[in-house]
Order: sequence, then C-alpha cells, then structure tokens
Amino acid sequence: MLDAFKNSVDYLSNPTISFSLLTVLTPLLFPPTDWFDKINRKLRLHLLWTKTGCAISMAVITFFFAVGFLDENFSVILTKADNFPIILMFYSIFFCTWLAMHKAYINDERLEKGLKPSEYNDPDDKVLVWPDLVYIEFIALILFTVFLVVWSILVAAPLEEPANPASTPNPSKAPWYFLGLQEMLVYYDPWIAGILLPIFCVVGLMAIPYMDINKKGDGYYSFKERRVGIFIFMYGWIVLWLFLIVLGTFFRGPNWNFYGPFEYWDAHKVVALNNINLSEYFWVKLLGTGLPDNILLREFVGFIVVGIYLFITPVLLAKTVLKDMVKSYGLVRFGALMTFGLVMLSLPIKMYFRWIFDLKYFVAIPEYFFNI
Amino acid sequence: MAKKENKKSLLDTLGESQVWKSIIRSGIPRTRRQRMHAILGSVFLHLHPARLPKHAVKVGYTWCMGGLSFFLFVNLTITGILLMFYYRPTVEYAYTDIIDLAEQVPLGIMRELHRWAAHSMVLVVWLHMLRVFMTGSYKPPREFNWGVGVLLMTLTMFLSFTGYLLPWDQLAIWAVTVGSNMARAHPFIGHEGPGASLLAIGDINLVHIGSDVRFALIGGRFVGEATLLRFYVIHCIAVPFIMMIFMAVHFWRIRKDGGISGPL
Repeated sequence: MLDAFKNSVDYLSNPTISFSLLTVLTPLLFPPTDWFDKINRKLRLHLLWTKTGCAISMAVITFFFAVGFLDENFSVILTKADNFPIILMFYSIFFCTWLAMHKAYINDERLEKGLKPSEYNDPDDKVLVWPDLVYIEFIALILFTVFLVVWSILVAAPLEEPANPASTPNPSKAPWYFLGLQEMLVYYDPWIAGILLPIFCVVGLMAIPYMDINKKGDGYYSFKERRVGIFIFMYGWIVLWLFLIVLGTFFRGPNWNFYGPFEYWDAHKVVALNNINLSEYFWVKLLGTGLPDNILLREFVGFIVVGIYLFITPVLLAKTVLKDMVKSYGLVRFGALMTFGLVMLSLPIKMYFRWIFDLKYFVAIPEYFFNI
Repeated sequence: MAKKENKKSLLDTLGESQVWKSIIRSGIPRTRRQRMHAILGSVFLHLHPARLPKHAVKVGYTWCMGGLSFFLFVNLTITGILLMFYYRPTVEYAYTDIIDLAEQVPLGIMRELHRWAAHSMVLVVWLHMLRVFMTGSYKPPREFNWGVGVLLMTLTMFLSFTGYLLPWDQLAIWAVTVGSNMARAHPFIGHEGPGASLLAIGDINLVHIGSDVRFALIGGRFVGEATLLRFYVIHCIAVPFIMMIFMAVHFWRIRKDGGISGPL
C-alpha cells in the first residue's frame, strides 16, 4: 500500500508529468476567464480556499513529509539541515496563498452584494500606534526570536569537509533559493538561464505596477477583479519559480538526473542523451544534406523561428485577439507586456520541445557561445 | 482615603522622575496625547505614523512580513557582528574558525542563529512580496516602492549567497562555484558568453578568463583565497550598506505614498 503510494509519487514527480499537471492546475485554481471559472466550480476546486480545504491540504503535505522522513531514501534529502527551509516553504507559502485567496473570496462575495471589502473601516475611526501596533510588532518579534532560538538549538548549521577544489561533489547544488535557476540550465545555456532570465525576472517584477493598468483591487484581498493578473503572477511564482526549486532540491540527483523523491540515488543511472539541434533536424533529417559551413545559413531556420516568436507574435496578437488591449494599454506598455510575457513563456515552451522532440537548441552557434 | 491617594505605583514614580522625563518627554503614555507623543518623539518608533486605520494593525491583513523582514535584517546584523569577532576570511583559518565557533565559543549557537535567520529572511521577504501583490498594494501611487522592494529582495538573496561561501567547506565552495560559473556566460563581458569573442583587437581577446566579469566577482580564475576575502567584504559591508540605503527609501516612501495601502 505504502509502496504503491511511493511508486506513484515517484512516477508523478517526473518533470514531464508534474510540470504538466501544475501547468494545467494553475488556471483551474486561479481561473483567469469565465470558462476556467466554470470548470473550477464544476470540479469544486474553489473548496480548496475554505477552512476544510486548508486543513485537508495541510494534512496531505504533512502525510507526504511523514512518509518521507520514514523512507530511507527521501529522509536523506529531507534531513539535510539546509533543506529544512524548503519544508517551511511548503507550509508557509501554501498557508499564505490560502489565506490570501480565502480572504479574496470573502471580499469577492461582499463586492458582488455591493458591500465594501472586509478590510474597510471608517477613515475617521483610527487606532493609536502606541499601543495597538507596537505591541503586535513586539509579540511577533518575540515569537520569531523564540522560533529561531529553538531551531538553532535543535538543528546544527551544516558543515561538510573542508573546501577541496580537487573533488567535485555529484551533484553540486547552488543554495536552495537559486535552484530554480540551476534547473533552468537543463533547458537553456547559462547566458540565458543564469543571466538573461534572472534579469528579466527582476525587471519584469519591477515592471508589474506599470503593466497592470487595472485600478481595482487596491488595498484589499480580491480575486475576481484582478483574475488575469493574479493568474499570470501565480503561474510564474508557483510553477516557474517555486516548483523548479522543489524539483532541483528533491528530484535531482547525481549528474543532475531525475530521481523520484523515494528513489535511491544510483550514480550509475543511465539516461539517454540524444538531443538534436533544430539545424540538424532541418538540414540532415529533412533535406538529407550535411550542415552548411556558413553559420548564418546553417542556423537560418532557428533565427526565423525565434524571430517569429518574439517579433511577429506580438504584432499578430495586436492586430487580432488583443486589438482592444492595445488601445487601452498604448503601444509601449503593450510591447513591454508582450516582451516579458513571451520571454517568461519561452521557458515552458523550450521544456516541452525538449521533452517531446529531444530538441537541444533552436539556434546553435557554439562557436560564439550563442545558443538559444 | 487620603493615604491611598498619596500612594503611587512604582511605574508612576519612575514616569515622573527626571531621568525618565529626559528620555521620554511625555511620561508614561496613558492619555491619547501622551501615546501619540510616544511615537512622534522617538527616533525609532516615528517610522510609524501616530495613528493608523484599523485594518492596518490586523495580522490577517499585513501578515507582519514586512516588519519581520526588517527584524531579521537587524537580527542578522547583530549575530553577524558577533561572528566577525571570531572569523578570519582566509583559506588557512576560515574552516577551523567555524569549528571553533561551535566547540570553543560560549553560547555556541550564533552561527546557527545567523544561518537560520538568513534562510528565514529569504522566505519572509518572498511572503511579504506575495502579500503586497495579493492586496494589490503595488498600484499607484506605490509603483516605485514596489520596485525598491523587488531590488531589496534581490539583494537579500545575493546577501545570502555571498554568506554561503564563508564557512569554506565543500558545500560552500561548490555552491558558489555553480553560482559564479553563470557569470562566465554573461553576454559580452563573460569569457564564455555570446559576443565576448567579438571584443578583440586583432588576435588579442579583451575578454578572457583573466579579465571577465566572473574574474571581477571572484577575484581569480577559480573560487579561492581572493574569492573568500571578496565575498567576505561584499557580505559584511558592501551589500548591507546598499541595503540600508534602499531600506531607508523603502520605509520613507511607505509614508510618503500615503501610508499602508487600504480600501478607499
């Protein structure tokens, strides 16, 4: 029974499956359109944001970790002192997301009835910071200090053997909060995964207030009024950032191969690597000739594909589906939104091309370290 | 009766003493006026306004995450300073100093406090961002402050990353090797980045392993003695200094942008 559970978790956690499941689940949990909302109601997924939903989910997370601690393979990963923050991350981020959505649903109902959000109070009816806020801050500070001291007494900070440049551990992992970036290295070259995407991530986050022109939902929890924005944020935050961290911590073993959480880290696990570049697909497989010597000629299909994706798609969208949006957004804002959106979406797209077609690079110019 | 009226509590006696009054001018904050003065008259507490709308003091709305981020920064500064008494950033001493911290130094949980507070801070800052996003608090007029917050979050992670190297064990050196290897792929200024080979005069490459941005970051061709010193200085002085400036702006702008967000 337990083995069947472990085997199915191992099977489901394979990135191809778990990533797809999450990608499908996110629009259902945070429905951006009426259509998704209908399915959400039909599958009763909105019950997740009730108190029972919270209790059940917490129980499921706890069960998963309890089984993990008792398992001889998973416990090796879980009991690493530096991985404890990830367990905390599971609980705290689920609970905080739940809390925000729980309050948002309450407010959505109030707003529908024409009431003010539950956060609303008479602006003239203010409270004094001393003592009403100062003591809350004081208690929060004391509680967190107690938590840290207990944590510090119970768990020693990890210290491995002295640094030895001659012996590389396998796998060598970055600190947990950067494992999402390290995971992207599987699909993109370092100049994209390590430099371009992080820069887009930071600048894109900073650009949110300028790209979200929806004036509603300012200063209170709400979902319906801002459902598209919240959905996009949640997809990037949960699937493309947090999930990749979990993937990098729990599911990546020697040689950065995939291992289910309950699977033994066998360093000799053989994984077929037969990734092919788009240029080889075109010249060798389709035309049956060799690769041309001229680099630009060799990679021209890739350039066209990337060019169409980055430059033609926004224009096409602006002329058709998103016509109204261009009007309300203005060209600059629309362009920025498209750029950030397409770059963000390029990650899952590249992942699926890798999984389905074994595609290595769209544009492969290793001579100049320029691979996309 | 008369006797009872004359009897003052210890706190009242203290509150009327010259010492107390010189520090907190308005005495024990009991009346409305005194309580407002307690906030306005204190250099630390006056980060707050004297009065707030009711929702702003509810934990369910704020989650306390912004305050906890700041608390953790202060906490890390204090434990970090204590750690600096014992730690020498050299290849020869770093590792043994860390062992001494646990085995020889009284109250040997300083490193634990520092490390777990650092991990917590990354999480708490993320949760603060989630709260601010979910309440739509980044919307005008608070756009700029959201941007400052994103930079503070990035700096938090960089601070945590630079601190990761200092114990100089296998975990440290390889995590930092993996991280800093990304820099070698930086377009144009990393020696294995696209466009780097274009920056050349004739046959001489301007960007090579001994001159690129990775070299600047780790002070050598691989993670070694110079990296340790460099990361130590970045971790203990440079980034905290930059962060303090950004935090000042962040807190100042909360007040200037109309205080905590809330429904109109």
